Amino acid sequence: MSELIQVQNVSKSYWRDSFEIPVLSNLSLNVKQGEFMALMGPSGSGKTTLLNLIAGIDKPSSGRVVVADTEISNLGESALAKWRANNVGFVFQFYNLIPVLTAFENVELPLLLTKLSKAERKKHVETVLGIVGLGSHIQHYPKQLSGGQEQRVAIARAVVTDPVLLVADEPTGDLDKNSAAEILTLLERLNKEFNKTILMVTHDPHAAERARIVRHLEKGDLVGV
Amino acid sequence: MKVLKLILKNALRHKLRTVLTIVGITIAVIAFGLLRTVVTVWDSSVDAASANRLITRQAVSFIFPLPYSYKEKIKSVSGVQTVSFANWFGGVYKDKNNFFARMAVDAETIFDVMPEFLIAPEELATFKKERNACVLGADIAKQYNIKIGDVMTLEGDIYPGRWDFVVRGIYHPQNKNTDDSQMLFHWQYVDERMKIETPVRAGDVGWYIVAIEDPNKAAVISDQIDALFNNSSAETKTETEKAFAQGFVAASSAIITAMNLMSFFIIGIIMLVLANTMIMAARERTREYAVFKTLGFSTFHLTGLILGESMLISILGGGIGIAFTYPIVAGFEQAIPKGFFPFFFIEPVTTIMALGAAILIGIIAAVFPIQRTLKTKIVEGFRFVG
Repeated sequence: MSELIQVQNVSKSYWRDSFEIPVLSNLSLNVKQGEFMALMGPSGSGKTTLLNLIAGIDKPSSGRVVVADTEISNLGESALAKWRANNVGFVFQFYNLIPVLTAFENVELPLLLTKLSKAERKKHVETVLGIVGLGSHIQHYPKQLSGGQEQRVAIARAVVTDPVLLVADEPTGDLDKNSAAEILTLLERLNKEFNKTILMVTHDPHAAERARIVRHLEKGDLVGV
Repeated sequence: MKVLKLILKNALRHKLRTVLTIVGITIAVIAFGLLRTVVTVWDSSVDAASANRLITRQAVSFIFPLPYSYKEKIKSVSGVQTVSFANWFGGVYKDKNNFFARMAVDAETIFDVMPEFLIAPEELATFKKERNACVLGADIAKQYNIKIGDVMTLEGDIYPGRWDFVVRGIYHPQNKNTDDSQMLFHWQYVDERMKIETPVRAGDVGWYIVAIEDPNKAAVISDQIDALFNNSSAETKTETEKAFAQGFVAASSAIITAMNLMSFFIIGIIMLVLANTMIMAARERTREYAVFKTLGFSTFHLTGLILGESMLISILGGGIGIAFTYPIVAGFEQAIPKGFFPFFFIEPVTTIMALGAAILIGIIAAVFPIQRTLKTKIVEGFRFVG
C-alpha cells in the first residue's frame, strides 16, 4: 500500500496571550492508503491537533504535511477549503449536524459544492444513508434522532463525497456502549468494504482495538508502535 | 436543498426574535416614510412654484399691504404679461378648526396667472360676473360636501363681519402637487365693503402675482418693478414665486431639518437593532460555521448565508413597512385639517429611499457578523462555547 499521509518533522505551537504553548514537536508519521489508525493519548497530548493538521483545518508551525500527494501545509485558505471538500470526510465527537436541516439535507450539504445534479445528489444521499442504516430516517431532524443515529448521519455526511481520507475525532465519546459499538462497526465496514483510510482519535481503548494500528501520543511526541 | 432554503430556515430559528426584528424594521420604515413625506411635501410646495411667475410684496414684510394703484404701473414694465393680485382674508368657516386658505383675488386675472387651477369656462365666466361669487378647490368642496350654488358664510376676523359667498365654480388641480384647497373670491367685493366700513383699509392689496414672458428675465424684471416704487411709502420686493415659497419654508426650516435628521436617526437605530440580531445569530452558530468551513464552504458561501439572512429580514421588514406606509399616509391625510398641507402623498423618491434604507440596513447589519465569522479559525470555532 502507498503512503496516503506523510507528516514530516511537524511542530505546532499555540499562543495564549504572550505565552507560546508547544503542542507537537518535530513529529513524523506515515499512514498508508486503506489504513485504519487510532491515535491515543492523554488530554493535551496533541492528538486532535495532529488530526486537524492532517485534515487541513489547521496549519503546522513548521514541517510538512502531505496528504494524497498534495502538500497541504503550503495551501492558502481557499485552496485548502476546496481540497478538504474533495479529499476529507469529518466525524466529530458531538456530531455537529446543522439542527435546522433534515438528515437528508445534512448529508447533502457537501454535495452542494459539487457539480452533481439534484437527482444525482439525491441518489448519493439515499445510498449513503442506506449504508449507515438510516434509510428510513431521511426526513428526520437531528433533534428527532438518538445520539448514535446522529453520529451515523454525520458519518454519512463524511463519506457522501467519497473522500480518500476519513478523520474521526472521538466519534464514540458522546455515545453509550451499544451505540459506540455500532459506530465502530460502521467505521470498520467503511475501512474494509469501501477501502476508506481512517484516522481516529480516541481515549477509549475498546474503540482503539477496532483499528488496525494504534499510535500513542504523549506531550506532542509519538511513542511506541 | 437550496441555499435560499437554508437562509430561510436560519432566519426562522428564533421565530420571536426574527418577528420582533421585522416588526421593528417595519415600524422604522413607516416612521421614515411618514417623516420623509412631510419633508418632501413641504419642499414640493417650492418645487411646484411656476418659473414664469413673480411675486411683488411689501419690502418691509409680507404682512404689510401694497396700494391697488401699483397694478397698472407693474403692468407697464417690459416683459410683464399679466398682473394679478391677492389678499389673505382669513375668517372662519363654521368652525375655527376648518382651516384652509381663503383669498380675496382679482377675479378677472387670477386664473390667467394660475393656469394650474383648472376651471370650466362657463363657471369662470359666472364667477367673474357675480361680485359675491367664489370658487373652491376640489379638495375643499369634497371635504365639506359643497356644491355649485351653495352659499358659504365666513365669519370675518381680519375683515370683521359676516360674509356670504355663492359658490360658482370648482377648480381642479392640473398636477398632483397643485394646491386645490383654496377658496377664492372677489377682492372688489371685500374692498367695496371696506370703503364703507373701514375706509382706511380700502384699496389695499396683499401681494401682486406677475406673469412674465421669459423666466430668464425674472431678475431684470424684478429689479425694474422694485425700481418703480423706490423711495415711496410702500417700497416693494419682487422675487420669483419659488424664492417667495422658499421664504415660507425657510421659516420652518429648523423643524424640517429636525424631521429630516430624525428620519435618518430612526434608520440608524433600527440598523443597530438588526446588527445586534445578526451578531447574536452568528455567535450562536459559530460551531456551525466552523462545520461549513470544514466541509469546504468558502468565504463567498458564508458571506452569502449571513448576508442573505440579514437581507431577508431587512427587506421583509422594509417591504411590509412600505406597504403599510401608503394606507397610513392616506389616513394621516384624512386626519390632518385640509389646508394645513395643500397636498399630502408619498413621492416615489420616498418609497425608493425607504427601500434603499432597508437594503442598506441589511448590508450594514451583516458586516460585523460576516467579519467575525470569516476571521474565526475552524479550530477556534469548534472550541467556541456560546
